[in-house]
Amino acid sequence: MVSNQEERLREAEPAQEPDEKRATLKICQDHGSRPDNLIEVLHAVQARDGYLSDDSLRDIAACLNLTRAEVHGVASFYHDFRRIPPGKTVVKICLAEACQALGCDALKEHAEEVLSTDMGATSSDGEVSLEPVYCLGNCALGPAVMFNGDLYGRVTPEKLDSLVSGADI
Amino acid sequence: MSVVTVFVPKDAAAVSVGADDVAVALSQESQSRGIDINLIRNGSRGLLWLEPLVEVETTSGRIAFGPVSASDISGLFDAGFLSGGNHDLSHGVTEEIPYLANQERLTFARCGVIDPLDLTAYESHGGLVGLKKALELEPLAIVEEVTVSGLRGRGGAGFPAGLKWETVRKESADQKYICCNADEGDSGTFADRLLMEGDPFTLLEGMVIAGRAVGADTGYIYIRSEYPHAIRALSDAVSSFEQANLLGKNILGSGQAFTIYIRIGAGAYICGEESSMLESLEGKRGQVRAKPPIPAISGLFGKPTVVNNVLTLATVPYVLANGGKTYSDYGQGRSRGTQPFQLAGDIARGGLVEKAFGVTLRELVEGFGGGTLSGRPVRTAQVGGPLGAYIPEAAFDVQMDYESLAGSGAMLGHGGVVVFNELVDMARQARFAMEFCEIESCGKCTPCRIGSVRGKETLDKIIVGEDLEKNLAVLEDLCVLMTDGSLCAMGGLTPMPVTSALKHFPEDFGLARQTVE
Ligand SMILES: Cc1cc2nc3c(=O)[nH]c(=O)nc-3n(C[C@H](O)[C@H](O)[C@H](O)COP(=O)(O)O)c2cc1C
Ligand code: SF4
Ligand code: FES
Repeated sequence: MVSNQEERLREAEPAQEPDEKRATLKICQDHGSRPDNLIEVLHAVQARDGYLSDDSLRDIAACLNLTRAEVHGVASFYHDFRRIPPGKTVVKICLAEACQALGCDALKEHAEEVLSTDMGATSSDGEVSLEPVYCLGNCALGPAVMFNGDLYGRVTPEKLDSLVSGADI
Repeated sequence: MSVVTVFVPKDAAAVSVGADDVAVALSQESQSRGIDINLIRNGSRGLLWLEPLVEVETTSGRIAFGPVSASDISGLFDAGFLSGGNHDLSHGVTEEIPYLANQERLTFARCGVIDPLDLTAYESHGGLVGLKKALELEPLAIVEEVTVSGLRGRGGAGFPAGLKWETVRKESADQKYICCNADEGDSGTFADRLLMEGDPFTLLEGMVIAGRAVGADTGYIYIRSEYPHAIRALSDAVSSFEQANLLGKNILGSGQAFTIYIRIGAGAYICGEESSMLESLEGKRGQVRAKPPIPAISGLFGKPTVVNNVLTLATVPYVLANGGKTYSDYGQGRSRGTQPFQLAGDIARGGLVEKAFGVTLRELVEGFGGGTLSGRPVRTAQVGGPLGAYIPEAAFDVQMDYESLAGSGAMLGHGGVVVFNELVDMARQARFAMEFCEIESCGKCTPCRIGSVRGKETLDKIIVGEDLEKNLAVLEDLCVLMTDGSLCAMGGLTPMPVTSALKHFPEDFGLARQTVE
């Protein structure tokens, strides 16, 4: 079964470093090369590269015996999956109701200003991505922010400034 | 002096306001003072406004200090907090804090009390009693106990758990599944997360019991990616359960087999809807399935499947340990037992309140919650997540149970209560409901996919006062269409926040109060 996949992989156009392709194959195999593990595989590849490149999607499709359209369909359905590289720092601001009640809209505007980045965009220098998120489960201590994967509560504009200066953006 | 035990939560909410720094400062300060302490990282007690809440074990019980920051630590040592010494941050004996003392903690009995991953502590606080009983019972008897308890699904729809289990039990199939819905996408809710981080063994125990009851040997926990702390806690808990032979081929020598897999979501609200979750578990786009068939008959990979919320499953060990009757003694009418309510938004004392059904919204918001954090008057609360109704302050005497809320045009949902002060603009809240539906719609049916976009556009016009009468008529039509024509409750319930806002706060839509009332 494994050798069969390797064959399919070799047939796919070699547009990518073989090392990376091998690593993708390994990720698929670690997940049993099962199509129902596609989302886990996408998570793992994104954890490696920061995003999902066309090459990765093609390799994953080959490994899991899925069509590229199927893999693309899944990757595009879920908000977590990125098709372009994120900024070095990722700032997610909760924009859902409990945080709205505590002024997340003002926090969002402040963030857009100090980071010179629109919500949902990556700064032109590739330093920072500013992303909306709808609830981080910290609704009693809002406004809530996920800053490079770490959760913060009661985030005032000043608190956000100190996180930003700490991250050296 | 004997070694004092000090608790500092490692719950995500506590960590979000500095609990890790507090733990580090505590270790350093005790070392530099040459004092030995036994530092335990517990879950959260759910008194979130006091986080980081540090507790010290004394002869008169656990004494609470909070909210503690790292810079408070040396002052706390100076005040002799290790022997419960007086300090501005002291709240006395934790269990006697009214917020906690006035609750009925059944599902959350251990949360915040023990080290979440200490199996010995789990057992000494009543863990595994339910499972051991279940292993001696026939499957039908387990289902009957759950039926007697009156436990209904805590994920939102409130379907009787016993009935769902019985349907799956009666199916004959080579494979059945237990799927735990830990997607907790509703804004204003965090009870699943608190439990998974603070007492994950309870959830696993509930799943094993469910497996025995319906004849399933495999379980999945579908947990949202926004919860990295809970994912870690659950993964560790599963390993501990495996090592202790509480999962595997022959659980505690009973012959019962059960395996649990953890699957991580990818940021799609709709994947909390059970059939969308099953699609996602199969590695596909999270598109909602048409019903019938129901998951109990044809669920994951087409096999009979129990889909239950975290809280539903985590309540099962209590039901088995204490008997369904004991659980059903709490609550009122057809809402039996307790509900973990979550107080959020502009609220002075936000956190988890587990109470028997029947407590009023006013008791929750004013009594437990202490009104707003901002000090401004309360205007409304949205109950039951982003698809729930906005209830005006004047109607806060409504009793919190499934039927009473439904009777007043609202719903319990997952038990979230989000408080807004007088500055809230309800037309903007209505617009957000439509926008959220637009962002999160799975796209399968037109009323939801297109209706939400039109709804948002129409509200934009209403907000600037354009053709008010005409656009309000369009909005009301859209709401009827979405309610009646949507395939699932995403599109079907999005009108609830919209119409409740319009009904109770017409002035925010440019109308005189009496025109709508
Ligand atoms: C749009 C939508 C989102 C939902 N999100 C969740 C969720 O995050 N967690 C959950 O347990 N149930 C959620 N549900 C309810 C589930 O479809 C299902 O009723 C529930 O998981 C069944 O478990 P229970 O009977 O234990 O509540 C959602 C339903 C809809 C329509
Ligand atoms: S109502 Fe919305 S979320 Fe539900 S099936 Fe239709 S399009 Fe999908
Ligand atoms: S609504 Fe912002 S964290 Fe839940």
